[in-house]
Amino acid sequence: ISHAVRDCYDYFRAILRKDERSERAFELTADAAALNPANYTVWHFRRILLKDLGKNLQDELDYITEVIHDHPKNYQVWHHRRVVVDWLRNASDEIDFTRLILTHDAKNYHAWQHRQWVLREFDLWDAELDYIDDLLEEDIRNNSAWNQRYYVISKTSKFTDEVIAREVSYTKEKINNVPNNESAWNYLRGVLLDTEMYKYSGLMTFCEELFSQSIRSPHLLAFMVDCYQEMLNAKCEDKEEVLAKALKLLKGLEEEYDTIRCEYWKYLSVTLSSKYAGKLEQSSS
Amino acid sequence: MASSFRCTDPCLHLFHAGDCGLPTSSSREQKATEDIVANCFRYFKNCLDIETDIPMLHRRKHEAFLMKGLQHLSESYECLDASRPWLCYWILHSLELLSIDLPEGMASQVAQFLAKCQCPDGGFAGGPGQLAHLAPTYAAVNALCIIGTDEAFKVIDRPALQRYLLRMRTPEGAFKMHEGGEVDIRGAYCAASAARLTNVATKAMFDGTAEWVVSCQTYEGGFAGEPGLEAHGGYSFCGLAALVLLGHERLCDISALLRWTANRQMAFEGGFQGRTNKLVDGCYSFWQGGAFPLMHMILSKEKDDTLSADSWMFHQGALQEYLLICCQHQGGGLIDKPGKPRDFYHTCYCLSGLSVAQHLTEGRLEHTQVTGCASNEVKRTHPVFNIGLDSVLSAHAFFEALPVP
Ligand SMILES: [Zn+2]
Repeated sequence: ISHAVRDCYDYFRAILRKDERSERAFELTADAAALNPANYTVWHFRRILLKDLGKNLQDELDYITEVIHDHPKNYQVWHHRRVVVDWLRNASDEIDFTRLILTHDAKNYHAWQHRQWVLREFDLWDAELDYIDDLLEEDIRNNSAWNQRYYVISKTSKFTDEVIAREVSYTKEKINNVPNNESAWNYLRGVLLDTEMYKYSGLMTFCEELFSQSIRSPHLLAFMVDCYQEMLNAKCEDKEEVLAKALKLLKGLEEEYDTIRCEYWKYLSVTLSSKYAGKLEQSSS
Repeated sequence: MASSFRCTDPCLHLFHAGDCGLPTSSSREQKATEDIVANCFRYFKNCLDIETDIPMLHRRKHEAFLMKGLQHLSESYECLDASRPWLCYWILHSLELLSIDLPEGMASQVAQFLAKCQCPDGGFAGGPGQLAHLAPTYAAVNALCIIGTDEAFKVIDRPALQRYLLRMRTPEGAFKMHEGGEVDIRGAYCAASAARLTNVATKAMFDGTAEWVVSCQTYEGGFAGEPGLEAHGGYSFCGLAALVLLGHERLCDISALLRWTANRQMAFEGGFQGRTNKLVDGCYSFWQGGAFPLMHMILSKEKDDTLSADSWMFHQGALQEYLLICCQHQGGGLIDKPGKPRDFYHTCYCLSGLSVAQHLTEGRLEHTQVTGCASNEVKRTHPVFNIGLDSVLSAHAFFEALPVP
């Protein structure tokens, strides 16, 4: 531990104990934060001083911009920014700022968290879907962007029938390009959360076509299993056949295509059998 | 002798993630990581010809690394560091898992240091003289319970802790991390864990909390830091464990959570990733792996008789191989992935994940599955609090005897 750090901390502690609300104290918080930006007590005291001394909040925003560029994965600096922007009631820099941070790391959780807060707090949804399109164009596997897509729609247009249709066709196209992209499959499931997937126009055909092209992505197979399970739930006709199809896919996942998850697939097989096979026997006897 | 290791299976190469002919930055990073891991596996395979007791957990080296950290801690200088109770917990829990007793007097020293981190208005801070914060409060309570002496238990000012937790509550039942601090799902878990361990929980304290936690479950199935964000391993554990602590696990969609969590185990590497299409990291061995015992317990409570009696629903062998072959630092301590620096955080959560992967406990049922030599076995961890089972029992014995303040 260096002398500089020790001096700075001793000094800060003294000021904190005296609750000294001075310019000198304010400057010291910047020194202390530079030495350890994760010290939330320093940031908390700095916010007290910001208010008490009537500091210029735009200057503070410029300052925290610099700090975040140096420490983009730190909780405290992002929280500080959120408070300052909230006090300013001005989010005009925030969309560009988070975009810049996401250029360096497209999955920075804090940046997405801040961005979502800004979007909902200041009602800035208009250009967000275009931005997400750009991100997905750049990296179709960027799960944070898929999640943001879901978030924006659930907060704006909502998943109406038309929106669902648009999103399903969008996602199908992305799956066609990269069939093993879990993000897209998860999104598809999410979009159809309140819809019966097996009934959804063209979806089963879409899956069967991929399957017939020898694609054995575990995500495709798992999606088909879910569709079959829905059919069984809905008491479809030809139950035996549907159950057999589902069990065959699950066996493939367990033993060949996704062996790392063998225990999970085995569990789904057993569950499915015990839930539906018993009833089949009963109904046929 | 035919090896039974997954990583030496000649078919393993079939499970490279690949890029479907359309590489992007995610798939390039994934490939680079698989290459590094493949190198470790290859090296291991070569060693198998001459060594028979591998993979081996390097207990001595880890012990030395942890002891050095502990020494450093007890030189209780005051500095800007805001995670000192965390360091205590990470080190003590790692030592506990390795069945290493603390040197004479050390337990008492650590307890006294943690006492200095406690705030007069309740809760613990990241260091002496700092503001109380829920994360170090959770860590300090865990650390004191691991120490497990009357002296350690008595450090905790329970009435003050209760008042502090109530002050951190938001009107809807979420928790802010500190006065004026951020609100996220960690707060709910840290508060519930500390309150339950020390027996200071009240109905009013967690009114609405479970509902708020459930609102963080995403369309993918895992939990996010706050509603709307992306499902994430660390937050997902916090969400699930908080629900279990509050007795409201049935509010969440357990089959979606199970699917998401099961899918986080990497087909080639064997370790877990934190989010969809991100890279493997040793610490998620616990954050994701630790969710399986919780889900198992929930499903078995629902009388799910299709559950396996001797295995969690992830590949326990593959996870142990990843941890033992790829996550041990040469000089002691465990790591995120090969090439990354060691630290106490990763040491703690890699070892905790190893514990989960080795032990299946369900009611009176026990099943142990240790990869490599028998001495690799570490102690059982409690999947809700992540401290040793014995530590939980002695804490309960002490605090349940006291009335809720
Ligand atoms: Zn990590």
